[in-house]
Amino acid sequence: MSYHGGIDARATEAAIVPPASIDNAFVEQVRRDMLAFAQLQLRDAALAEDAVQDALTAALTSGKDFAGRSALKTWVFGILRHKIVDLIRQQSRTTPISAFGDDEDSLDQAFDALFKENAHWQPAHRPAAWGDPESSLRDKHFWAVFDACLTHLPKNTARVFMMREFLELDTGEVCSAAGISTSNCHVILHRARSALRGCLEKSWFLAGERPC
Amino acid sequence: MLNCKDATRRMSEAEDRELGLGERLELGMHLALCKGCRNYQQHLQVLRDACRGYRETMAGENHERSSAEGGESKH
Repeated sequence: MSYHGGIDARATEAAIVPPASIDNAFVEQVRRDMLAFAQLQLRDAALAEDAVQDALTAALTSGKDFAGRSALKTWVFGILRHKIVDLIRQQSRTTPISAFGDDEDSLDQAFDALFKENAHWQPAHRPAAWGDPESSLRDKHFWAVFDACLTHLPKNTARVFMMREFLELDTGEVCSAAGISTSNCHVILHRARSALRGCLEKSWFLAGERPC
Repeated sequence: MLNCKDATRRMSEAEDRELGLGERLELGMHLALCKGCRNYQQHLQVLRDACRGYRETMAGENHERSSAEGGESKH
Protein backbone atom coordinates (compact mmCIF):
# COMPACT_ATOMS: atom_id res chain seq x y z
CA MET A 1 0.00 0.00 0.00
CA SER A 2 2.82 2.33 0.84
CA TYR A 3 3.98 2.19 -2.78
CA HIS A 4 0.88 3.81 -4.13
CA GLY A 5 1.84 7.43 -3.65
CA GLY A 6 5.32 6.98 -5.14
CA ILE A 7 4.09 5.22 -8.21
CA ASP A 8 1.38 7.74 -8.95
CA ALA A 9 3.76 10.64 -8.59
CA ARG A 10 6.29 9.05 -10.92
CA ALA A 11 3.69 8.06 -13.46
CA THR A 12 2.45 11.63 -13.63
CA GLU A 13 5.94 13.02 -14.11
CA ALA A 14 6.75 10.54 -16.85
CA ALA A 15 3.51 11.34 -18.65
CA ILE A 16 4.02 8.12 -20.65
CA VAL A 17 2.18 5.94 -18.19
CA PRO A 18 -1.39 6.97 -17.62
CA PRO A 19 -1.55 7.34 -13.84
CA ALA A 20 -4.50 5.00 -13.75
CA SER A 21 -2.57 2.16 -15.39
CA ILE A 22 -0.24 1.47 -12.48
CA ASP A 23 -2.45 1.42 -9.46
CA ASN A 24 -2.78 -0.73 -6.39
CA ALA A 25 -4.73 -3.36 -8.26
CA PHE A 26 -2.00 -3.67 -10.89
CA VAL A 27 0.78 -3.86 -8.29
CA GLU A 28 -1.24 -6.48 -6.44
CA GLN A 29 -1.65 -8.52 -9.64
CA VAL A 30 2.09 -8.35 -10.35
CA ARG A 31 2.81 -9.31 -6.76
CA ARG A 32 0.59 -12.37 -7.04
CA ASP A 33 2.28 -13.50 -10.26
CA MET A 34 5.70 -12.94 -8.71
CA LEU A 35 4.75 -14.92 -5.62
CA ALA A 36 3.54 -17.85 -7.70
CA PHE A 37 6.75 -17.72 -9.74
CA ALA A 38 9.03 -17.52 -6.69
CA GLN A 39 7.09 -20.12 -4.72
CA LEU A 40 7.28 -22.61 -7.58
CA GLN A 41 11.05 -22.35 -7.59
CA LEU A 42 11.95 -21.82 -3.96
CA ARG A 43 9.27 -24.11 -2.48
CA ASP A 44 9.40 -22.00 0.65
CA ALA A 45 6.55 -19.57 1.25
CA ALA A 46 8.40 -17.22 3.61
CA LEU A 47 11.49 -17.06 1.43
CA ALA A 48 9.36 -16.44 -1.66
CA GLU A 49 7.46 -13.68 0.11
CA ASP A 50 10.72 -11.96 1.12
CA ALA A 51 12.19 -12.22 -2.36
CA VAL A 52 9.07 -10.71 -3.92
CA GLN A 53 8.90 -7.92 -1.36
CA ASP A 54 12.57 -7.04 -1.94
CA ALA A 55 12.17 -7.03 -5.71
CA LEU A 56 9.02 -4.91 -5.60
CA THR A 57 10.55 -2.43 -3.21
CA ALA A 58 13.65 -2.15 -5.37
CA ALA A 59 11.56 -1.52 -8.48
CA LEU A 60 9.11 0.91 -6.93
CA THR A 61 11.75 2.99 -5.18
CA SER A 62 14.17 3.03 -8.09
CA GLY A 63 12.92 6.34 -9.42
CA LYS A 64 12.93 4.73 -12.85
CA ASP A 65 10.32 5.75 -15.40
CA PHE A 66 8.50 2.81 -16.86
CA ALA A 67 7.09 3.17 -20.32
CA GLY A 68 3.98 1.18 -19.49
CA ARG A 69 2.77 -1.59 -17.26
CA SER A 70 4.60 -4.35 -19.09
CA ALA A 71 7.90 -2.48 -18.76
CA LEU A 72 7.45 -2.32 -15.00
CA LYS A 73 6.51 -5.97 -14.82
CA THR A 74 9.45 -7.08 -16.96
CA TRP A 75 11.85 -5.00 -14.91
CA VAL A 76 10.60 -6.20 -11.56
CA PHE A 77 10.72 -9.82 -12.75
CA GLY A 78 14.30 -9.26 -13.83
CA ILE A 79 15.15 -8.29 -10.25
CA LEU A 80 13.19 -11.23 -8.89
CA ARG A 81 15.10 -13.65 -11.12
CA HIS A 82 18.42 -12.47 -9.71
CA LYS A 83 17.10 -12.78 -6.18
CA ILE A 84 15.86 -16.30 -6.75
CA VAL A 85 19.21 -17.38 -8.22
CA ASP A 86 21.03 -15.86 -5.24
CA LEU A 87 18.74 -17.66 -2.80
CA ILE A 88 19.15 -20.97 -4.61
CA ARG A 89 22.92 -20.47 -4.54
CA GLN A 90 22.78 -19.89 -0.78
CA GLN A 91 20.43 -22.79 -0.17
CA SER A 92 22.53 -25.21 -2.18
CA ARG A 93 25.54 -24.28 -0.08
CA THR A 94 23.81 -25.30 3.15
CA THR A 95 21.60 -28.08 1.74
CA PRO A 96 23.30 -29.46 -1.34
CA ILE A 97 20.98 -30.36 -4.19
CA SER A 98 21.05 -34.10 -4.61
CA ALA A 99 20.35 -35.70 -7.96
CA PHE A 100 18.97 -38.78 -6.27
CA GLY A 101 16.21 -39.10 -3.69
CA ASP A 102 13.04 -41.13 -3.22
CA ASP A 103 10.92 -38.85 -5.39
CA GLU A 104 13.54 -38.87 -8.10
CA ASP A 105 13.71 -42.67 -7.88
CA SER A 106 10.03 -43.00 -8.56
CA LEU A 107 10.29 -40.66 -11.57
CA ASP A 108 13.16 -42.75 -12.93
CA GLN A 109 11.18 -45.95 -12.43
CA ALA A 110 8.20 -44.48 -14.26
CA PHE A 111 10.51 -43.47 -17.08
CA ASP A 112 12.23 -46.87 -17.26
CA ALA A 113 8.82 -48.55 -17.45
CA LEU A 114 8.26 -46.88 -20.84
CA PHE A 115 10.97 -49.05 -22.36
CA LYS A 116 11.50 -52.71 -23.13
CA GLU A 117 14.55 -54.69 -21.99
CA ASN A 118 16.45 -53.56 -25.07
CA ALA A 119 15.78 -49.88 -24.24
CA HIS A 120 13.40 -49.35 -27.16
CA TRP A 121 9.84 -48.11 -26.54
CA GLN A 122 7.20 -50.44 -25.17
CA PRO A 123 4.59 -50.46 -27.93
CA ALA A 124 1.93 -49.19 -25.51
CA HIS A 125 4.13 -46.30 -24.42
CA ARG A 126 5.65 -45.29 -27.73
CA PRO A 127 5.11 -41.51 -27.95
CA ALA A 128 2.35 -40.51 -30.34
CA ALA A 129 2.18 -37.13 -32.05
CA TRP A 130 0.42 -34.46 -29.98
CA GLY A 131 -2.35 -32.89 -32.00
CA ASP A 132 -2.48 -29.14 -32.46
CA PRO A 133 -0.17 -28.01 -29.66
CA GLU A 134 -0.48 -24.37 -30.79
CA SER A 135 -4.13 -24.23 -29.85
CA SER A 136 -3.33 -25.92 -26.52
CA LEU A 137 -0.94 -23.09 -25.73
CA ARG A 138 -3.81 -20.65 -26.20
CA ASP A 139 -6.14 -22.58 -23.91
CA LYS A 140 -6.26 -21.42 -20.31
CA HIS A 141 -7.09 -24.94 -19.14
CA PHE A 142 -3.81 -26.12 -20.63
CA TRP A 143 -1.95 -23.64 -18.43
CA ALA A 144 -3.69 -24.94 -15.31
CA VAL A 145 -2.49 -28.46 -16.23
CA PHE A 146 0.99 -27.17 -16.99
CA ASP A 147 1.11 -25.44 -13.62
CA ALA A 148 -0.04 -28.59 -11.83
CA CYS A 149 2.62 -30.65 -13.66
CA LEU A 150 5.34 -28.19 -12.59
CA THR A 151 4.08 -28.24 -9.01
CA HIS A 152 4.26 -32.03 -8.96
CA LEU A 153 7.94 -32.15 -9.85
CA PRO A 154 10.14 -33.05 -6.89
CA LYS A 155 11.72 -29.98 -5.34
CA ASN A 156 15.30 -30.40 -6.51
CA THR A 157 14.30 -31.50 -9.97
CA ALA A 158 11.99 -28.51 -10.28
CA ARG A 159 14.62 -26.12 -9.08
CA VAL A 160 17.24 -27.19 -11.59
CA PHE A 161 14.74 -27.30 -14.44
CA MET A 162 13.30 -23.89 -13.65
CA MET A 163 16.69 -22.26 -13.34
CA ARG A 164 17.34 -23.48 -16.84
CA GLU A 165 13.96 -22.70 -18.41
CA PHE A 166 12.47 -19.86 -16.39
CA LEU A 167 15.53 -18.07 -15.07
CA GLU A 168 17.23 -18.67 -18.42
CA LEU A 169 20.63 -19.57 -17.02
CA ASP A 170 22.96 -21.57 -19.22
CA THR A 171 23.73 -25.10 -18.09
CA GLY A 172 27.09 -24.13 -16.57
CA GLU A 173 25.46 -21.45 -14.43
CA VAL A 174 22.68 -23.82 -13.37
CA CYS A 175 25.16 -26.50 -12.28
CA SER A 176 27.27 -24.00 -10.40
CA ALA A 177 24.31 -22.38 -8.61
CA ALA A 178 22.99 -25.82 -7.66
CA GLY A 179 26.47 -27.00 -6.70
CA ILE A 180 26.28 -30.13 -8.85
CA SER A 181 28.37 -31.68 -11.62
CA THR A 182 27.53 -31.12 -15.27
CA SER A 183 26.60 -34.75 -15.77
CA ASN A 184 24.23 -34.69 -12.78
CA CYS A 185 22.76 -31.52 -14.22
CA HIS A 186 21.99 -33.29 -17.49
CA VAL A 187 20.49 -36.24 -15.64
CA ILE A 188 18.19 -33.93 -13.67
CA LEU A 189 17.15 -31.87 -16.69
CA HIS A 190 16.36 -34.98 -18.70
CA ARG A 191 14.36 -36.37 -15.79
CA ALA A 192 12.41 -33.14 -15.45
CA ARG A 193 11.59 -32.96 -19.17
CA SER A 194 10.54 -36.62 -19.24
CA ALA A 195 8.33 -36.17 -16.20
CA LEU A 196 6.70 -33.04 -17.59
CA ARG A 197 6.24 -34.67 -20.99
CA GLY A 198 4.59 -37.65 -19.31
CA CYS A 199 2.41 -35.44 -17.14
CA LEU A 200 1.25 -33.27 -20.07
CA GLU A 201 0.57 -36.35 -22.15
CA LYS A 202 -1.45 -38.07 -19.47
CA SER A 203 -3.30 -35.02 -18.18
CA TRP A 204 -3.80 -33.07 -21.37
CA PHE A 205 -2.86 -34.44 -24.77
CA LEU A 206 -4.26 -37.95 -24.26
CA ALA A 207 -6.86 -36.97 -21.70
CA GLY A 208 -9.60 -37.16 -24.32
CA GLU A 209 -12.84 -35.30 -23.87
CA ARG A 210 -12.54 -32.53 -21.37
CA PRO A 211 -15.55 -31.08 -19.68
CA CYS A 212 -16.11 -27.69 -21.33
CA MET B 1 23.26 -47.73 -32.99
CA LEU B 2 21.52 -45.55 -30.44
CA ASN B 3 18.58 -47.09 -28.56
CA CYS B 4 15.43 -45.09 -27.80
CA LYS B 5 16.25 -44.46 -24.17
CA ASP B 6 19.65 -43.01 -25.06
CA ALA B 7 18.07 -41.03 -27.88
CA THR B 8 15.73 -39.29 -25.42
CA ARG B 9 18.72 -38.46 -23.25
CA ARG B 10 20.59 -37.05 -26.18
CA MET B 11 17.60 -34.96 -27.31
CA SER B 12 17.44 -33.46 -23.85
CA GLU B 13 21.20 -32.77 -23.77
CA ALA B 14 20.94 -31.12 -27.17
CA GLU B 15 18.96 -28.38 -25.43
CA ASP B 16 21.66 -27.82 -22.85
CA ARG B 17 24.94 -28.26 -24.68
CA GLU B 18 26.25 -28.38 -28.21
CA LEU B 19 26.34 -31.97 -29.43
CA GLY B 20 29.43 -33.22 -31.24
CA LEU B 21 29.21 -34.10 -34.92
CA GLY B 22 29.21 -37.84 -34.21
CA GLU B 23 26.50 -37.47 -31.58
CA ARG B 24 24.34 -35.44 -33.96
CA LEU B 25 24.74 -37.96 -36.76
CA GLU B 26 23.88 -40.87 -34.51
CA LEU B 27 20.80 -39.08 -33.24
CA GLY B 28 19.78 -38.02 -36.74
CA MET B 29 20.03 -41.60 -37.97
CA HIS B 30 17.99 -42.86 -35.06
CA LEU B 31 15.30 -40.24 -35.57
CA ALA B 32 15.10 -41.00 -39.28
CA LEU B 33 14.15 -44.55 -38.41
CA CYS B 34 12.12 -44.12 -35.23
CA LYS B 35 8.70 -42.49 -35.24
CA GLY B 36 8.32 -42.77 -31.46
CA CYS B 37 11.46 -40.74 -30.88
CA ARG B 38 10.47 -38.19 -33.53
CA ASN B 39 7.26 -37.72 -31.58
CA TYR B 40 9.26 -37.41 -28.36
CA GLN B 41 11.26 -34.68 -30.07
CA GLN B 42 8.01 -32.90 -30.94
CA HIS B 43 6.93 -33.15 -27.32
CA LEU B 44 10.18 -31.57 -26.14
CA GLN B 45 9.57 -28.74 -28.58
CA VAL B 46 6.05 -28.22 -27.21
CA LEU B 47 7.46 -28.26 -23.69
CA ARG B 48 10.03 -25.64 -24.66
CA ASP B 49 7.33 -23.46 -26.25
CA ALA B 50 5.17 -23.87 -23.16
CA CYS B 51 8.05 -22.82 -20.90
CA ARG B 52 8.69 -19.77 -23.05
CA GLY B 53 5.00 -18.87 -23.03
CA TYR B 54 4.83 -19.30 -19.27
CA ARG B 55 7.93 -17.17 -18.73
CA GLU B 56 6.74 -14.43 -21.04
CA THR B 57 3.26 -14.25 -19.61
CA MET B 58 4.55 -14.27 -16.05
CA ALA B 59 7.18 -11.64 -16.65
CA GLY B 60 5.06 -9.42 -18.90
CA GLU B 61 7.32 -10.04 -21.88
CA ASN B 62 4.45 -10.99 -24.09
CA HIS B 63 4.43 -7.85 -26.21
CA GLU B 64 1.22 -8.59 -28.03
CA ARG B 65 -0.59 -8.85 -24.76
CA SER B 66 1.22 -6.01 -23.04
CA SER B 67 0.58 -3.52 -25.84
CA ALA B 68 -3.10 -4.36 -25.63
CA GLU B 69 -2.98 -3.82 -21.88
CA GLY B 70 -1.12 -0.57 -22.15
CA GLY B 71 -3.42 0.77 -24.83
CA GLU B 72 -0.43 1.20 -27.16
CA SER B 73 -1.73 -1.09 -29.84
CA LYS B 74 -0.24 -0.46 -33.27
CA HIS B 75 -3.36 -1.60 -35.12
